[in-house]
Amino acid sequence: MKILVCMKQVPQKDAPLKLNEGATWVREDVGYEVNEPDAYALEEALRQKEKNGGEVVVITAGPARSQQVLREALAKGADRAIHLEDDRFVTFDAFNVARAFAEAIKEESFDLIFTGLQSDDLGYAQTGVLLAELLGWAHATIIMHIESKDGGIRVKRELESGFFQYVDMPLPSVLTIQSGINKLRYATLIGIKQAKNKPMRKVSFDEVAAALKPNQLNIERLYIPKKTKQTEVIQGSPQEVAKRLVAKLRDEVRVL
Amino acid sequence: MADTILVIAEQREGKLNRVSFETIAGAQALSKQTGWPVEIAVAGGGGNIPSLASELAKTAVAKVYAIQDDALAQYTPDGFVSALKTFLEANKPRLVLLPHTYQVRDFAPKLAASLGAVLVSDAIAAKFENGKLLFTRQVFQGKFSADISLAGDGPYFASFQTGAYRGDQVEPGTAPVETVTASTGEIRTKPEAPFQEAKQAVDLSQAEIIVSVGRGIKEQKNIEMAQALADALGGELAASRPICDAGWLPMERQVGSSGQTVSPKLYLALGISGAIQHIVGMKGSKNIIAINKDAEAPIFEIADVAVVGNLFDIVPVLTEEIKKAKA
Repeated sequence: MKILVCMKQVPQKDAPLKLNEGATWVREDVGYEVNEPDAYALEEALRQKEKNGGEVVVITAGPARSQQVLREALAKGADRAIHLEDDRFVTFDAFNVARAFAEAIKEESFDLIFTGLQSDDLGYAQTGVLLAELLGWAHATIIMHIESKDGGIRVKRELESGFFQYVDMPLPSVLTIQSGINKLRYATLIGIKQAKNKPMRKVSFDEVAAALKPNQLNIERLYIPKKTKQTEVIQGSPQEVAKRLVAKLRDEVRVL
Repeated sequence: MADTILVIAEQREGKLNRVSFETIAGAQALSKQTGWPVEIAVAGGGGNIPSLASELAKTAVAKVYAIQDDALAQYTPDGFVSALKTFLEANKPRLVLLPHTYQVRDFAPKLAASLGAVLVSDAIAAKFENGKLLFTRQVFQGKFSADISLAGDGPYFASFQTGAYRGDQVEPGTAPVETVTASTGEIRTKPEAPFQEAKQAVDLSQAEIIVSVGRGIKEQKNIEMAQALADALGGELAASRPICDAGWLPMERQVGSSGQTVSPKLYLALGISGAIQHIVGMKGSKNIIAINKDAEAPIFEIADVAVVGNLFDIVPVLTEEIKKAKA
């Protein structure tokens, strides 16, 4: 099976984020990492390839720095990469990212497209579903298991409140992968070496521009969330903190 | 296009999902600001749909639509999108509101896109400011809020996070019900009936005291330290999703949108940053104490008591102090 994995580079989880001057985005001078849900999507694609054969291709849209995500994916075992390289992709809404991806892969013939569940930065959780709509493919979200069945696939969807559901689907399809579906692998030294010789196709903004539209979702402003609760801050040595917490648990929370 | 707000209520297995009423409350609040009347639609495979529509009609809205077709008996994105798309093309609401459930995540982006529109997913608030709709949502794992506007004249789509509005604040009333026969196109996926895996052995929703661990616990061996604190307090141990994903604690101890929803007397969060998916599962707790080394962690936004510090220094001492206090 030929599988495309959509990936995104996001600020590191513990990065000290600051707003830019216009408060429309965060300042870019922080560390970045792969969007964690996408790492599970990649891992699942690699496992499917190991089981059924085929090819794993990774794609991202973002500035030069985001190539790191593709390099890591190649080192883990992806066969080739597609990089839509431009700063402008950072502020795209999910629909436009999906349009750009759809345009960039129009000469390809994938059986499956995987995305992570959602991104850790914007968190729209839409790119996969929108890509399916643009390509005219079936889709399913929050997938916990994938197997081949009668020329198609059978997937296990996670529903709410501990419920699950099996769904039979045709190929090609788009799946958004639930985090925790598998155990992530590390890149090996040999993998990192091999990655250097794997194909990386660069796609410029102009190549996909015709397929794009003005963003329909626009960030007017970003701000620190307004507090809805009075929070008491406790600081001090571990002993002081522990004593004050115990007093609170005894006198106010009344659980001791 | 009509200046109306349409709420798409959610039903599963013939029962209304109660979060639909939160969305109706949100729609009523927006209606007061915009002057746009509210309508509700519920789609499904006949059967219970008329009774669900009557239940929805006990609210102060202009109309309730019962959209029916046998092909909608079981949820599929193809079936729901084609039925709702046909309905929206005829009904032409300016704004479509939905609860942000897993089902909505599955079909609403596709529904919006099929009409050339976009969805503001997972909004926590909405307002009408200078003639413009603005939706607030959390970004960067809750570190920031973002006010989002939608370009064009609509239709606009937005889904509301659980708890964004209060379902018990829906203004009651009486609305007429109109039955609509849906038209569904080809359905490409074949779903089986939903099922629950091995019955959950741990019912965290009944726990009075919960000690919960997040990424800040760093290593599996440190779970022991949190367990000791939970034992000293006589509480249950729980975790955020990444801890269960890593297999450090079983999935049945997960609190959050994909796990259990809890409201204990005490929720003690250790090294939990407070991503939205976790917060929705525990924000109803009566007392929230959070220990985290990052003073900016979003969990502190909803904590009653914030301890900014190293949990590895604090927790063992706290456990001993609790044991002493209980002795």
